[in-house]
Amino acid sequence: MMRSMVIVSRLAWRNLWRNHRRTMIMLTAVSIGVWAMIFMTALMRGMVNEMIRDTVRNLPGHVQIHHSEYRDDPSVVNSIPQPTGELLAALESPEVVAWASRVRVPAVISSERESRSVTLLGIDPARESTISFVADDIAEGRFLDDGADNGVIIGRKLADTLDTELGKRVVIMSQDPDNEIADRGFRVVGVFDAKTQQLEESFIFTGIKTSQKLLKIGDRVHEVAIIGPDFRNVAPMYKNIAAATGPGFSVLPWNELDSYIGTMLGVMDGFVLVWIVVVFLALSFGLVNTLVMAVFERVREIGLMLALGMKPIMILGQIIVESLLLLLIGLAIGNALAWLSVVPLQGGIDVSIVAEGMEMFGASAVLYPELLIADVIMANVIVILLGFVASLSPAWRASRYQPIEAITKV
Amino acid sequence: MSTVRCVELCRTFKQGDLEVVGLDHVSIEIEQGEFVCLVAPSGGGKTTLLNAIGGLDRPDAGEIWIGDKRIDNLSKGDLAEMRLNNIGFVFQAYNLIPVLTARENVEFVMHVQGVSAEERRRKSEAVLAEVGLEGLEDRRPAKMSGGQQQRVAVARAIVSEPTMVLADEPTANLDSHTAEQLIDLFMSLNKKHKTTFIIATHDQRVVAYARRIVKMLDGQVVEDISQQPA
Repeated sequence: MMRSMVIVSRLAWRNLWRNHRRTMIMLTAVSIGVWAMIFMTALMRGMVNEMIRDTVRNLPGHVQIHHSEYRDDPSVVNSIPQPTGELLAALESPEVVAWASRVRVPAVISSERESRSVTLLGIDPARESTISFVADDIAEGRFLDDGADNGVIIGRKLADTLDTELGKRVVIMSQDPDNEIADRGFRVVGVFDAKTQQLEESFIFTGIKTSQKLLKIGDRVHEVAIIGPDFRNVAPMYKNIAAATGPGFSVLPWNELDSYIGTMLGVMDGFVLVWIVVVFLALSFGLVNTLVMAVFERVREIGLMLALGMKPIMILGQIIVESLLLLLIGLAIGNALAWLSVVPLQGGIDVSIVAEGMEMFGASAVLYPELLIADVIMANVIVILLGFVASLSPAWRASRYQPIEAITKV
Repeated sequence: MSTVRCVELCRTFKQGDLEVVGLDHVSIEIEQGEFVCLVAPSGGGKTTLLNAIGGLDRPDAGEIWIGDKRIDNLSKGDLAEMRLNNIGFVFQAYNLIPVLTARENVEFVMHVQGVSAEERRRKSEAVLAEVGLEGLEDRRPAKMSGGQQQRVAVARAIVSEPTMVLADEPTANLDSHTAEQLIDLFMSLNKKHKTTFIIATHDQRVVAYARRIVKMLDGQVVEDISQQPA
């Protein structure tokens, strides 16, 4: 059988180059198709991954711990103690890159002109700067010095809305666990820019100790945010942390915390598959046509080979090998083209001309293509598998010829 | 035991609404080492009989035996196997594989048989030399004359030492000189290797060389004569 495969492969290879022009046209089509599959996938992956990274960085982290009631009722009473014991050990394990606990309550911020409802976050600046965006995005003023910092950081859009600015005083009002008003004046010590206006309008930051004191909650917090090494693989870390928390806690991964983004990742995976299949289906018409033509031109030869004793299965194999060789060369060229076009663009593609549209669904104005090896493998495997299926019909047809009818075909 | 034994073979073809008789109760026996010509006008049934003997076509009725094996009821795959190991074919229109060189064309059958590379090489070189194509081993068919191509086809037919060689109008596309050379080649191979040759032809030059002539008309054997070859 192996020896027969040698002649089958040799015939397939030589027949492939028998009509140079047709083979080159088909190769060009396959290469461009494969390039389009991989390049477009890299662009889409880059966009979605960037959205997810931004989202994760915009506070959720990869995993969060809350009081079990907090997600339904994010009020001051649904607090949790600072991590200790087994949970603290899990948070300090090597699979956790960084973590931070936060006070997080609804509040009202008032300048001398306007008031707005916001979410007040009491943070530990040292820990927070390793997991969320705020420290890097201070546009005016400074970040918080420590957990006892009495200053407040607000977003640019909120500053404009309140008609306030750096150095001015604002009043923050919330509610303590006894349902009493908890309020005090803060000086604006920093203004941050964010990728979306919604973030700039919704969140204000002060020191964790300052907020605990304001709310009279001792050293309790409302949220622990945790970052692992890879947002695509949070399951092991999530399981360990969930196992380390006791009853009354809620532990959720990012894709459940922000179901829109989590769903988008799932949709993206499906979309990549559909995209690759659709591009290949377009290609497959050309492929099948090429093979049908090749078989039609060689009816007499096929008849001759059958007459000389070649089994139909070997004729079938020959046409399939011919198709696979064509696809493999096309894949090699297409992969190389995709790599050559993605690598120079990994620094980012400026799409600020459509920035407003991009922001509407949470994407930034710069696209960073990401060539994932899993996507490349998937594109290659799909092309080979579907190519195999597409070549079955002409190959089957060739193998069913009656030798004497084929050999006398004019 | 006969090399070929056909018993009451019948074959009809449909041509539109017409039924054309290809073979009409043909019975014939051919012994090992015979040089037989099937002679008939066009449509007389010689090619139909040749194809049936070669397992390329199935009779509607009757039996075909190659040695002690009945072949008319074999499956497609078994027929292919039988052709591969027992029969060498030489067709009218050379019928070489254009993408293979002369040597590779000759080696083709051995490749399919699973013969080792060294043996293929040794046998193909020997047989190409025997048919007078030494030095042309690496040429592709398009770079060879009609006579040379037909010699490659003959080399391919005999290289794996088949029980018999079936040739359908092998000289039809050749000039007289080349045709005579080919007939001489057939004769010498028949003498040297004791290979059975069954040739369907209406070329009188070929007929003159045959020791046995089977004349056919309208699908029937009308005369089966032995003669002293020229």
